[in-house]
Amino acid sequence: MKLLYFAWVRERVGTASEEIDCPAAVATVDDLIGWLAARGGGYAEAFESKALVRAAVNHEHVDVSHPVTDDDEVAFFPPVTGG
Amino acid sequence: MIRVQEQDFDLGAELKAMSAGKTGIGGLCSFVGLVRDMAGDTDIGAMTLEHYPGMTERALEEIEAEAHARWPLEATLIIHRYGRLEPGDQIVLVAAASAHREAAFEACHYLIDFLKTRAPFWKLEETPEGPKWVDARASDDAATARWAAKGSGA
Repeated sequence: MKLLYFAWVRERVGTASEEIDCPAAVATVDDLIGWLAARGGGYAEAFESKALVRAAVNHEHVDVSHPVTDDDEVAFFPPVTGG
Repeated sequence: MIRVQEQDFDLGAELKAMSAGKTGIGGLCSFVGLVRDMAGDTDIGAMTLEHYPGMTERALEEIEAEAHARWPLEATLIIHRYGRLEPGDQIVLVAAASAHREAAFEACHYLIDFLKTRAPFWKLEETPEGPKWVDARASDDAATARWAAKGSGA
């Protein structure tokens, strides 16, 4: 699974992207957030207020209930502020 | 057509190219977003726009396709810049052309409203207190929701 982070989520996590083996216990975006936050440090800080973080799976905006698999590209970021 | 680029754009040249040869166009409406020097009471020296390559293009193409499904449009154009921009710089251009003005005005407004809430861009402002990520505005979500309330069809 490829993980990407943008804006202040990237700054807190400390990296723009990484590859992980999707843990067996992770079935949804919400599970993945919980698993990442449990790493502690910058991850815990990035996901401490889950309501502020948005997710995309394979370039599509999704809710936290969306399923994830090892083949997915999952991105986490704050609400968008373009335009 | 959509473009995501670091360099500036020439509004006149873009609109001319967009409508060239399309003599069915009766009205062309455009919106250009610029970098302001103030955010609330804070002076902004410059800003850096970050985006999600791949998803950005896909999101803009989807927004454009939705506008075409909703209004009878002859042409549309979305250009969004990224990188470091200073007050007065152009950030974004959206334009819609149709046989009649109503569809052009409405589609142009629709494109910028949806771009603001769906395209994965983030602004980092340079303020006197240091760099600050811009917070999303509830008013932008409300602007997008307004279109859902209007229903489909122009």
